[in-house]
Amino acid sequence: MLELEASEIYVAYGDLTALWGASLKVHQGEIVVLIGPNGAGKTTLMRALAGLQPPYRGRILLDGTPVHQLRAHQLVERGIVLIPEGRRLFGGMSVIENLTMGAYAASARKQVPQSLDRVYSIFPVLAERAQQQAGTLSGGQQQMLAIGRALMAQPRILMLDEPSLGLAPIVVSNIFDVLRQINAEGVTILLAEQNARMALELAHRAYILEEGRVSSEGPAQEILQTDHVRRAYLGQVSPLAGGPTEP
Amino acid sequence: MNLEPVIQNLVFGLFVGGLYGIAAVGLSLAFGVQKVLNVAHGSLIMLGGYVSFWIFTWYGIDPFLAIFITAPLLFAFGVALHLGLFRFVTRLGEEDRIKNSLLISFGLTLILENVAIKLWTADERAVTTSYAGDGLTIEGIAFPYTRVASLIVAAICVFALYAFLNRTFAGKAIRATSEDWEAASLMGINVQRTYVIAFAIGTALAGIAGALVSVSYLIAPGIGLTWTLKALVVVVLAGMGSILGAFAAGILLGLAEALSIYLVGAAYREVVGLVLFVLVLLVRPQGLFGRR
Repeated sequence: MLELEASEIYVAYGDLTALWGASLKVHQGEIVVLIGPNGAGKTTLMRALAGLQPPYRGRILLDGTPVHQLRAHQLVERGIVLIPEGRRLFGGMSVIENLTMGAYAASARKQVPQSLDRVYSIFPVLAERAQQQAGTLSGGQQQMLAIGRALMAQPRILMLDEPSLGLAPIVVSNIFDVLRQINAEGVTILLAEQNARMALELAHRAYILEEGRVSSEGPAQEILQTDHVRRAYLGQVSPLAGGPTEP
Repeated sequence: MNLEPVIQNLVFGLFVGGLYGIAAVGLSLAFGVQKVLNVAHGSLIMLGGYVSFWIFTWYGIDPFLAIFITAPLLFAFGVALHLGLFRFVTRLGEEDRIKNSLLISFGLTLILENVAIKLWTADERAVTTSYAGDGLTIEGIAFPYTRVASLIVAAICVFALYAFLNRTFAGKAIRATSEDWEAASLMGINVQRTYVIAFAIGTALAGIAGALVSVSYLIAPGIGLTWTLKALVVVVLAGMGSILGAFAAGILLGLAEALSIYLVGAAYREVVGLVLFVLVLLVRPQGLFGRR
């Protein structure tokens, strides 16, 4: 059984602390969403969990074992895969090359053909454009490629930072359908989203991050009903808008 | 006007251009992948030249065959240099990487140069093979064997590197890391190991370039900066991240220098590269073959 836990972690960029003792737990098979205003630390928390920004205090545990000393590429081997904000594709490389890079980890490399079939069945458009340069794809296709590339790593837990950013509403809704499908196939999902309503409707549980701390948590449906969330995150944000960009 | 000397000059320009090309490709690789600007690259070429010279002098091994010893030796030296010096630079942000690596590699140039003087004196050396001076003559144009072979070896190495970067898993990982190292690490790519490999391939190419230099040109401890300068001009001409482009730009510089004898006179031959350098930066800062 998979269990990823951040326990009271503090993360800083230089002298600037962005997370002040944030805690979160993700269990096998869940979709967990992280919502909160710009600058609350959602991206930082995801980066810490992925090994890009190690905490200076607190621990990150995977199945009870501390992993916060490990670097990003080692966590990929253990099944923790992050799709970073802005997708970060290899723009000068072809679609198929991006996908094969996703399977770089030793465990995933043996299963490239099977993984490719799976990704192509989820996103047929990627098969059609296999030889095209990733940088020339449309925004929606780029997000599909980002998800496909992450799936090539055979993740146990897939983390997505703002996958709806800059995409048309119809595309966002497609992406969320895919996430639901991937989750049904057994991949645990942790999602940071500006688009709070859609995310809460998708998720099982939710954490609200404010000023570098978790201010509340609970089943997504309950969070969706609380006054504070309705006022702060659902009132102004249209369910169709992507929301402003995080710095 | 008699065209023969012009063509002969261009042919020699082509040969020296191949050396500029392979010198630049190694520099371009390290810069493109880890944003380390290694101005000691020319001194590594000097080192490769000496290795080739001593292997020839002591053991009588042909310098072209000696490449199979020179390249692995310089590869190992590159691994040591990266782990001992440049590894610390690659933990910084991109701009600091360039500034700090510039300082470190300039210091490295001075050290390598002075160690070479201490060990091997400042005398100029050259490898003179039994077939040095032989060659083909076609329509009055001379093609010395050593230069033809050097060009072929340089081309083979560059195309082999290109194939490695585009066809193999490890090569693609190097390209991915050069595009976005953080995203690469999220793919499970060990970025630091990729840096070591890319840097060591660059120094191995410097070793090969040195071996090729040793058969047609003089080797001395002080040749490092000259070759660094040529390589830098070529890298700027070509633009970042284009391996074949760097090789083509090297040949272009060789041809331009050869032609310049007729346009501005032999005395200003060395200036041509620098003028091209400035012109390209002004008109096409991304380089002739660069993206963006």
